[in-house]
Amino acid sequence: MLSVENLTVSVGAAAAPIDIVSAVSFEIAKGEILGLVGESGCGKSMTSLAIMGLLPRPGPRTRTGQVVLDGVDVTQLQPWQRVSAGNASMAMIFQEPMTSLNPVRRIGDQIAEAVRVHDRVHGGAALARACELLEMVRIPDARLQLSAFPHQLSGGMRQRVMIAIALACRPQVLIADEPTTALDVTVQAQILGLLRELCNGLDMAMLFITHDMGVIAQLADRVAVMYAGRIVETAAVRTLFDAPAHPYTRGLMDCMPVRGSAGQRLRTIPGQAPQPGTVKTGCAFAARCPQVRDICRAELPPKMRVAELHEALCAFPIIQGGPN
Amino acid sequence: MIPVLDVEDLKTGFDVKRGGRRMHVQAVDGVSLTLGEGEVLGIVGESGCGKTTVGRSIMRLAAADSGKVMFKGVDVLKAQGAALNDLRLSIRMVFQDPYASLNPRRSIGNSIAEAGDINGAFTSPEDRRQRIIESLDAVGLDASFAGRYPHELSGGQRQRVGIARAILPVPSIIIADEPVSALDVSVQAQVLNLLMDLRERLGLSMIFISHDIGVIGYVSHRVAVMYMGRIVELADARTIVERPKHPYSLALMAAVPRPDPSLRIEGGVATSEPPSQFHREAGCSYAPRCPLASERCRIEAPLLRIVGSTQVACHHADG
Repeated sequence: MLSVENLTVSVGAAAAPIDIVSAVSFEIAKGEILGLVGESGCGKSMTSLAIMGLLPRPGPRTRTGQVVLDGVDVTQLQPWQRVSAGNASMAMIFQEPMTSLNPVRRIGDQIAEAVRVHDRVHGGAALARACELLEMVRIPDARLQLSAFPHQLSGGMRQRVMIAIALACRPQVLIADEPTTALDVTVQAQILGLLRELCNGLDMAMLFITHDMGVIAQLADRVAVMYAGRIVETAAVRTLFDAPAHPYTRGLMDCMPVRGSAGQRLRTIPGQAPQPGTVKTGCAFAARCPQVRDICRAELPPKMRVAELHEALCAFPIIQGGPN
Repeated sequence: MIPVLDVEDLKTGFDVKRGGRRMHVQAVDGVSLTLGEGEVLGIVGESGCGKTTVGRSIMRLAAADSGKVMFKGVDVLKAQGAALNDLRLSIRMVFQDPYASLNPRRSIGNSIAEAGDINGAFTSPEDRRQRIIESLDAVGLDASFAGRYPHELSGGQRQRVGIARAILPVPSIIIADEPVSALDVSVQAQVLNLLMDLRERLGLSMIFISHDIGVIGYVSHRVAVMYMGRIVELADARTIVERPKHPYSLALMAAVPRPDPSLRIEGGVATSEPPSQFHREAGCSYAPRCPLASERCRIEAPLLRIVGSTQVACHHADG
């Protein structure tokens, strides 16, 4: 449904660009949830903004690559052109719903606005559709809540309203950028449940961006792990958690406190992620990698196929059963 | 367990303005707990439950309405003058966002030494310099950091500085309020290890406040679960994580997304939203969301009672 090919996003002068997203490629099928996971500054949000055509300007720009939505190349289209580009459409939800909603307008009007743009209907019909959307995201007493202002709703309810607005264009692809990070865990569990239900029910593809491995394990079908602007590993969610192949992924799994480990020292990844543009040659993870070899510092690692549908950007991936 | 800090029926409230009306929020509504020597006591709960206010009340950063906080025979809430200065060196705090708690225009060394400067803890400039370096060394930063400024540091390094300034001079108690929540997981593990090493080396007792049950369960000996300003359950960490007795703790543990795709949360958890903070109903404050709620729960607020090895505030908790 959505395919991203060789996407590179850069900042700085055109003569000496600094890549903050490098050669990112992935595909998402109908009804599939692809989790994009990484630590802060790894480029995961920039990737999503580039896909939506929402990169802040002036600033980062898409230097190379293509974003293909249902067979139509939308890379060069402005967001408003994308709405009518083909039959397919994309929508996005963000981390903090309060900053995305207009505080002085009723939520019914805000949802109806999206309906008016996409469905070209007015007045009562738009409001009726807004009410329908609120029911879809399981807001109790939807008809009454149409006249609520954002500040009257809780964080979880506001995020549901954002999802309702996103669904107004009947998207085939939903991009969710840390939609539950600002929420409490009990509310997070509800929102994750809702998103999964919507993906299944509407046969919608979803790109879910998060830093939380727990959330990824809960929701994603497939996972792409990002480090320093590159996707370093792609695998089905079970495979990734059972047999991580990239040393970075393995390190991330090891340094999470798990139940029953109290009192033991946590394993850590030494050092910290490099700033964009500081790694000139070789693998960006080399400086922190426990199994680094000379060649890792000299050459960009190849994309290795570890197993069926399991790839790692590493010259010496960890193979399950083999020495590691 | 030798108690070092004894909190008794602590209450702290705030007056806030909402829509032009003055409202009262009882952020902490009768919390009692004991911190043992060398113990890490975790306080866990969702946003707005009052966990941070408990920490800030003990630090006197928020004015408590009533209650007692006993430390070495002194009531922290009533201390004044020299006694209060002593307390401020004995009980220290590590904050969530070290960027917000470090002065951007002071060098790291001066920030670390600030508490010592105010309280005359250094005998000479040489002693001061030496102890800044020791403190930096204890958190794994080299002496060159003393001359740097907060903006030159990464998030993990800043939090190390936040810890370095909390241990100069060495306190008895550290109150850590979400110390790793702003950090990436790979850095979070480094800082957690550091905190635990320091606790052992310096013989610190610690109150560790977090919303993250994974982290709390990992670092704490005992854990208090807070809901709407009250402790609803208190037990050793393992019991809280594996066999919670209060229906709220149960929902909280069930909602934690675990990093294992074979343990997906199926069906819903605690489907309703948290209630209003402004008016408290009679009875148990969890009753409106609780699957076990009965008539009694809506009339009579449950008190903490001992069930097995757990303290739990629920009419329906048993063995």
